[in-house]
Amino acid sequence: MYKEKAKKIDKWMYEIPKEGDMNVPVRVFLSEKLFNEVEDETFGQLVNVSKLPGILKYSVGMSDIHLGYGFPIGGVAAFDLEKGIISPGATGFDINCGVRLLATNIPIKEFIKKRKEILHDTKRTIPSGLGRGGKRYSKEIIKEVLVKGSEWAFENKFATKEDLEHTEENGKINGANPEDVSDRALSRGLPQLGTLGAGNHFIDFQVVDEIFDEKTAKVFGLEKGTLCVMIHCGSRGLGHQVASDYIRLIEEKYGAEKFPDRELGYAPIKSELGKKYFSAMKCAVNFAFCNRQMIMYEIRELLKRYYPNSKTNLVYDLAHNISKIEKHTFNKTEKDLLIIRKGATRCFGPERKEIPVVYRKVGQPVIIPGSMSTPSFILVGTKKAEELSFASSAHGAGRAHSRTWSHKTLDVKQIKAILAKKDIILEGSFKASIEESEFSYKDVEEVIDATVNAGLGKKVAKLRPVAVMIG
Amino acid sequence: MKQRFIFLEHTADVKFQAFGKNIEEVFESSALALKETIYKKPIQEKEEKEIEVKGQDFESLLYNFLEEFLYLLDAENFLLSKIKKIKIDKFKIKAIVIGDKATNYEFANDVKAITYSEMFVKKIKDKYVAQVVLDV
Repeated sequence: MYKEKAKKIDKWMYEIPKEGDMNVPVRVFLSEKLFNEVEDETFGQLVNVSKLPGILKYSVGMSDIHLGYGFPIGGVAAFDLEKGIISPGATGFDINCGVRLLATNIPIKEFIKKRKEILHDTKRTIPSGLGRGGKRYSKEIIKEVLVKGSEWAFENKFATKEDLEHTEENGKINGANPEDVSDRALSRGLPQLGTLGAGNHFIDFQVVDEIFDEKTAKVFGLEKGTLCVMIHCGSRGLGHQVASDYIRLIEEKYGAEKFPDRELGYAPIKSELGKKYFSAMKCAVNFAFCNRQMIMYEIRELLKRYYPNSKTNLVYDLAHNISKIEKHTFNKTEKDLLIIRKGATRCFGPERKEIPVVYRKVGQPVIIPGSMSTPSFILVGTKKAEELSFASSAHGAGRAHSRTWSHKTLDVKQIKAILAKKDIILEGSFKASIEESEFSYKDVEEVIDATVNAGLGKKVAKLRPVAVMIG
Repeated sequence: MKQRFIFLEHTADVKFQAFGKNIEEVFESSALALKETIYKKPIQEKEEKEIEVKGQDFESLLYNFLEEFLYLLDAENFLLSKIKKIKIDKFKIKAIVIGDKATNYEFANDVKAITYSEMFVKKIKDKYVAQVVLDV
């Protein structure tokens, strides 16, 4: 029983003190209600993470934390580059699954008039669901994408310079060598650039419903009553295969017995295999940045057909599942550390040079999607998060119930009723949407409150869904 | 074999247990549970594929065996209907599998990956049981 070991440090923070073979304590940012809802095994997973070699300060959990495999979803950890490890299971299978927000100047009233057609067109244009590939690219092109990320899209006129600036890592993480990606992984990626996938991936048309911080909203380009588009997807089969390949290779080299959980297999960051995985993972990261860019390009083109004079600007694109080197202050000195975010969002505060110049005065936008029928929130990053959570924040509402529970407990009628009540239209199967409805997720407002009160972001705007396409 | 697999509670993902009276059968049941997660209704038997998979123990063999179907799905647009033939020798599988083009089926579920989380392959009394958590 892990939960009973957790001590409440303040109203929004719980800690499991270091004991036994833990290298650091566990810290989680939760309200009492959320604490009560989190499964005991999730705390067990945070404790397992705390045992990994070279972990620094805390094994951290975000406000939307829930059970994962090996590493919990909503978990963050930082590692020393000399003594630390890297782990494909910890980063997860959907490498650089992430979210981007496109803001427009289209008044929501204008959109509502045409939303059925637009949503239908979106479904027809963006390949989604199983096996539905898009254009099949050659291996050479995909390899180029793995190195260049969104820069490839820019060179081929699918992106603007500003799009790149408004993407984490400018849409291209350096040090990606396609030779470290297997042929199997490449083959899975060939038909998948510009495709959404299935499961919890989505394209949401939303309205800026409420502004909490006028000044920052203006900096982010968000105006009340206008249309936004949120895109959630990742590196598709290519990324999944990279993770699987390296989980296997690391096991073969190091053996499964010594890991705290077989899914938490690791290699030293400095080892040959560790470096190879890091490089392959970066390839998948770049593929995912470019994938979301290609989807956004299609949506832009589509909106232009309906609203020829409209303006669209990418607010930000952020990774949810990633391992990367970032500068953080540790023991009062600034140091390069390996940060693993699994179901967590980077949330740099003001002045960080990693964020676009236009945002540097206020901090970066943090995009936190709700479920299919609940609001999403835009926060702004804080300095405090850099101290508390290696500049990490929540990444969504967080699942509360299993897919099995959803199908047993809910029916299509209920989903239709809630969507009708909230005036949201859906493209996709109602049956599949049972798993993604608000009843299966935590209360997003509770998650946001815990996040904001803990100091891991400040509220800027609330977005409400009006038309939803699920993968 | 009355029931080939059951699904268990797991917040984020899909967890199943599969059963068989021998190791071949429990692997076959696991593949069918994966197929059921992806698509609940029957898949037509139109294409045949031969697969060969290796592992270091039964768990890694099962992981690699199931992963092969995810690979076939993405890279070759192949969705499993059933296992026609399966032979396991030490930690090596040779199998002939039957299925259809995935694009012929609407609204299938995505399985991102097989995981090692809570995975086991065990003999319990006179039957084999395998447990797998799928990342969906």
